[in-house]
Amino acid sequence: MSERPILFLDNVSRVHGRDETVVRALDAVTLEVYAGELVAVMGPSGSGKSTLLNLAGGLDQPTSGKVLVEGADVGAMSLRDLAALRRRSLGFVFQDFNLIPSLTAAENVALPLELDGQRVRKARRAALESLETVGIADLADRYPEHMSGGQQQRVAIARALVGERRLVLADEPTGALDSQTGEAVLRVLRARCDAGAGGLLVTHEARHAAWADRVVFLRDGVIVDSTGNQPSAESLLESAGTT
Amino acid sequence: MSIRRGLLALLAQEPMYGAQLRSEFESRTGGTWPLNVGQVYTTLARLERDGLVEGAGEADAEGRIAYRLTDAGRTEVQRWWAAPVDRDSTPRDELVIKLALAVTVPGVDVQRVVQTQRTATLRHLQALTKLKRGTPDEAGGRAPDEQKDLAWLLVLDNLVYAAEAEIRWLDHVETRLARQAMRPPKASPRDTAGSYGDRSSEGVSREGASR
Repeated sequence: MSERPILFLDNVSRVHGRDETVVRALDAVTLEVYAGELVAVMGPSGSGKSTLLNLAGGLDQPTSGKVLVEGADVGAMSLRDLAALRRRSLGFVFQDFNLIPSLTAAENVALPLELDGQRVRKARRAALESLETVGIADLADRYPEHMSGGQQQRVAIARALVGERRLVLADEPTGALDSQTGEAVLRVLRARCDAGAGGLLVTHEARHAAWADRVVFLRDGVIVDSTGNQPSAESLLESAGTT
Repeated sequence: MSIRRGLLALLAQEPMYGAQLRSEFESRTGGTWPLNVGQVYTTLARLERDGLVEGAGEADAEGRIAYRLTDAGRTEVQRWWAAPVDRDSTPRDELVIKLALAVTVPGVDVQRVVQTQRTATLRHLQALTKLKRGTPDEAGGRAPDEQKDLAWLLVLDNLVYAAEAEIRWLDHVETRLARQAMRPPKASPRDTAGSYGDRSSEGVSREGASR
């Protein structure tokens, strides 16, 4: 792990409304995601999971506290800098893939780089590399409609981490997939984090959260607990049930 | 877990002696259910007594006797594959008992009990997932080398789903508790002294009526 977290939420609160109608969507949340680390956030609907992800991605601004992405204060950025941050530093993965249907897999992945002013050729090369890392280099010239859900989600992960981007924010990425495919997608996400990316995964499924190094539990906008670091595998078999 | 049936199923493949049965049983279930050799021989002796297995010839140079299935044993194995596993014999679950008591004994922070358990179970789930990560999986681009990898994955998946079910149940418990807490305390004629038994039965019937 590097010394500086890729993502740092420092005592972040997000309040909607005021006076009697005030809603504290997030209340003094502090959370760090380091390179090489996958962190999962679990909680029921309305617990603040989406708010947290939107703040981390610069789609929303905190009422108080700071959001730092690779050390840069997202709250202090101009809209232009924010857009650049989203093109260069981080990518989103959604439940419904959100690929552009008229673009091939490679074009979808290359898009953030091209929007950032990179040459088409260079962007394509980076896109192909990124597709390779998620195991679907051979599907580069396919359109989303000719890919399975699992394949589309791999494209989305490749896009989230193309080029220099090192932070992937995933919102229920397996929600639309069957259990086997969902697991395969998580294996890919896990592998990308093992290779050095930072990942923040929002899910309500424990089975998927368990792929993370750390799981934090969100309740009414507050982190109520965390699994801390991973347990050792040795302690496991004795508790695995010997009936 | 019926060791008896497990051993019969292994012997349906080929005759084996005790130590062999033990190591086969353990490797195929990923060491999740460790047996000791004594258990294996005791079970074999009972199976022999019941006419389901028999010695397969003389002892080898090291004095080990292989066992094989009798016809009755073969029938027993077939019956096991065909019938569902009996769920009535599920052992009592300490967690269920603990929570049932926690909601009825005054002064227990039930939410805390639920959260502590959920975190612990999720840690367990993380550890299981870590074991899965080390196992080849066709979905991960590598085919399982052997049937035994597959067997181990199936065992792990089972433990994963069991842990997940427990967490989902805990989520459900929490939601139910929250709903209970939000309900305005309605003074019913019977519920004056705040007896726990009365309150819970009232809760059930009120909920039923509101749907």
